[in-house]
Amino acid sequence: MSAVLKAPLTVEFPFTRSVGPVQSAFLTGLRERVILGVRTGDGRTLVPPVEYDPVTAEEIRDLVEVAPTGTVTTWAWNHAPRRGQPLDTPFAWVLVRLDGADTALLHALDAPGPDAVHTGMRVRVRWAGERSGAVTDIACFEPYDGDPAEPTGHSGEFADAVTGIVARARLDYTYSPGRATTGYLHALAGHRMVGERCPSCRKVYVPPRGACPTCGVATAEQVEVGPGGTVTTFCIVNIKAKNLDIEVPYVYAHIALDGADLALHGRIAGIPYDQVRMGLRVEPVWTEGGRYPDHYRPTGEPDAAYDTYKELL
Amino acid sequence: MNREIAVVAFAQSDHRRTSDESSEVEMLMPVLHEVLERTGLKTADIGFTCSGSSDYLAGRAFSFTLALDGVGAWPPISESHVEMDGAWALYEAWVKLRTGDADTALVYSYGKSSPGSVRDVLTRQLDPYYMAPLWPDSVALAALQAQALIDAGRTDEPALAAVGARSRADAGTNPHAQLRGSVPQGDYLVRPLRTGDCPPIGDGAAAVILAAGERARDLCERPAWIRGIDHRVEAHAIGVRDLTDSPSTRLAAERAGAFERPVDTAELHAPFSSQEVVLREALRLGDSVRVNPSGGALAANPVMAAGLIRIGEAAARIHRGESDRALAHATSGPCLQQNLVAVLEGDPR
Repeated sequence: MSAVLKAPLTVEFPFTRSVGPVQSAFLTGLRERVILGVRTGDGRTLVPPVEYDPVTAEEIRDLVEVAPTGTVTTWAWNHAPRRGQPLDTPFAWVLVRLDGADTALLHALDAPGPDAVHTGMRVRVRWAGERSGAVTDIACFEPYDGDPAEPTGHSGEFADAVTGIVARARLDYTYSPGRATTGYLHALAGHRMVGERCPSCRKVYVPPRGACPTCGVATAEQVEVGPGGTVTTFCIVNIKAKNLDIEVPYVYAHIALDGADLALHGRIAGIPYDQVRMGLRVEPVWTEGGRYPDHYRPTGEPDAAYDTYKELL
Repeated sequence: MNREIAVVAFAQSDHRRTSDESSEVEMLMPVLHEVLERTGLKTADIGFTCSGSSDYLAGRAFSFTLALDGVGAWPPISESHVEMDGAWALYEAWVKLRTGDADTALVYSYGKSSPGSVRDVLTRQLDPYYMAPLWPDSVALAALQAQALIDAGRTDEPALAAVGARSRADAGTNPHAQLRGSVPQGDYLVRPLRTGDCPPIGDGAAAVILAAGERARDLCERPAWIRGIDHRVEAHAIGVRDLTDSPSTRLAAERAGAFERPVDTAELHAPFSSQEVVLREALRLGDSVRVNPSGGALAANPVMAAGLIRIGEAAARIHRGESDRALAHATSGPCLQQNLVAVLEGDPR
């Protein structure tokens, strides 16, 4: 077996999230350089504020402004900032209890080095130049040796309040597909279709996933199948997919390769979309340099009888 | 129904930095076969199957459905999945058996952290409004907790290093562990935590079989009876919590009956050395208790399986007659956010 296949894989997702009234006030406040907390039934002030009391679960809506200055309650020196973190130079992660608050906010502290940071030190907010109503409107904290700043006396009512955030996430992987799929992909690159047989029930799976889902045992014996196959069922795609250079309408089909006990799927071309039918005999087509079939086309053989593929629907 | 439920078998993979050559199901399947073999059961004999995993670790969508191929889930079986450590899958299975709906359960979990960057992946479980946009990685959050403990005079860097050293020395007798024997304490990863205070990153899987009442005695010479099991969660904003304490662990332990009589063994899921300090105090573990004889999560931490492994290791010691009453703990989330405690006992010898 050839070397393990690997490929970069990036997963990116921009979640659009709505906010509740308390989160909206807090995030809108950051945009306007005002920091709001919320008061609990027993008189504590939570910053950052939440919609429900973390102890009693009581709904809390009583907003109260706190100062942009505060005290570090714990810290950790990050000498190697990672992507997405607030600063790209070494910084301290800090929990900061702002003046007027009873709980602490997580953020970054811009300091020259770990010797300049200690629990109990005084800090103040450094605001971001461009603010949109997000926790990153606080660029970071910075050391501060003055008196607590006075709140501005803000009511917590804003024009044009923030109603949601877009939470962008990106994770990078080096993906490897495992033993069975690696063997399958290597064979495909050599224009061969290779499945694996279950040692127990003898079914041949293409593509192989390494295990027989009926028997729960490893499939190992490689079996060459196809290249010819039969369309068992199909659909007509009428919506053009983003980043996909295929003209609609086109046909996407389940194809039972000769010798396989499970249908795989692929696109059918080389025939008008409205002439594709169950039982149509097809074969894979590799484009120049392609590592896998680009599509399947009719072989010109007579259609397969229904009885020959009905178990594979 | 008030039925006694026991752990009757446990199996785990060797935990390694990478497992490029295997897909998740290929990594998991030998563990499933081993745990079934220990009881002589086949998939068809199992009343309920429950698993724990997270697709984000390896970046493979719906990997838990592919993992089911390794169980042999067709024709359809009674099955469930939690996007949590397998210890919580075990909790669900325990509930299912307590109701009388099933007499046996297969619980498994797996994690492949090697394809991605687990420190970054775990930021995606945080509060999406106030924390996740800052990308505070798992080591950074644990370091904030460690510094709070140091500030409170509860530990210091040498004491933390000793936790890691003891764990890896104990792992010397655990062939499945990823880090064994003497491992350098290393440089700061995020100060005050050094590499030796942090868990190894790796891939692995584990599986447990539960059985009720007489069925447990049929399947295992000395079943590890679950005398109590409970899980509790803290407020999700870390700035609201006292990071030097773990009231959720204490409450779960109380509800699981951990304080009724002393335990002789404790398997604690403390991925960071500083978290063992918090857990020992919350669980009131004295010096006579053998803590993490397996080496714990500082020796092998396959994310999503490391908690289930704590229950499995504690049960296996009871099976082997090396423990009579053991505590197993699992955690999830940043800074010991959520905690599960189980108390296991063997029949008197």
